[in-house]
Amino acid sequence: MATPLPTPGVGPGAGEACASCALAPDAARLARLGLDPGRYSYVVALAGNPNTGKSTVFNALTGLRQHVGNWAGKTVARAEGGFSYGGVGYRIVDLPGTYSLLSTSADEDVARDVLLFGRPDVTVVVVDATRLERNLPLVLQVRQITGRVVVALNLVDEARRHGITVDVRHLTRELGVPVVATAARRGEGLSDLLAAIEQVATADDPPAPLRLTHHDPELERAVSALAQQVAARFPSLPNTRWVALRLLEGDPGIEAAVRDGTLGDLAAPTTDTAAEAAG
Amino acid sequence: MVMTLDELPRGDRAVVTGLEIRGGARRRLMDLGLLPGAAVHAELTSPLGDPTAYEVRGALVVLRRDQARAVHVEAHPDDEDR
Repeated sequence: MATPLPTPGVGPGAGEACASCALAPDAARLARLGLDPGRYSYVVALAGNPNTGKSTVFNALTGLRQHVGNWAGKTVARAEGGFSYGGVGYRIVDLPGTYSLLSTSADEDVARDVLLFGRPDVTVVVVDATRLERNLPLVLQVRQITGRVVVALNLVDEARRHGITVDVRHLTRELGVPVVATAARRGEGLSDLLAAIEQVATADDPPAPLRLTHHDPELERAVSALAQQVAARFPSLPNTRWVALRLLEGDPGIEAAVRDGTLGDLAAPTTDTAAEAAG
Repeated sequence: MVMTLDELPRGDRAVVTGLEIRGGARRRLMDLGLLPGAAVHAELTSPLGDPTAYEVRGALVVLRRDQARAVHVEAHPDDEDR
């Protein structure tokens, strides 16, 4: 039986993307808006290691069929799209797949700049359930920047085939943010993912960025002292310790952002970051 | 037995104990999963023995000899007497 999707009125073409309702995670509440998010209330960034199914999640949410990938060399770009959930518009940005936010490659810079300066309302980190150990460092790095995180434990179908079971509740507790098991290819878990995204986007009191303690007292002193100065200069910044640590590492991108004040900008999410990086 | 990763015979397993390298190169190795405690397995060697592919946390990581030399490992006990 064909149930017409409600048209939330956040852009042309809303709700017409239900050609594959088998994949529609929550047909009553999700409208895929393709390339045009129309008016949106929240920005969602999609991060993850390469080959975790990030773009499959992106396509499942937006209804787009694009092959999104290949961020090699200088052609750094981001895919963007939109969806509406529960009548609220979301813009979604698919970041380059990276293992880290700290190394010096153009891809990682784009991913990091979007998270740091774009300040998405929710960052979904897509992780490969069959290679969880390899994927968790990126989750930790994102958690140090923001508490507004949802972890999509993707490829659980493949993990099941390999006899791998992940204790989702335990992982949620350890990370302090929602972890949702998904098999994006089959649409499995997508309604839970959407609910988690909504919950984090609308949370008044999100978890604080993860604070790592350094066991080297000298390093700890340096980080604390510098973090205080950063906080004094940029009072609205939630992750001053993370910024302090990058400054101590001599990270040129962060140094520039401190110098020219862009670190404190609460500007709208960066439409230009990728273009600049690619330029 | 303690050694550096470039000395690990093909087919053998070991556990990373430390990285003797600084800066961006250290960061990169860590990002690829070569952290203390990580299990590695010397899987494939090119004809001249350099580079070598190691299995680390479910992925194949290819290192040149001078990179592998920076990785300190402890050989897996089962592989020691071979």
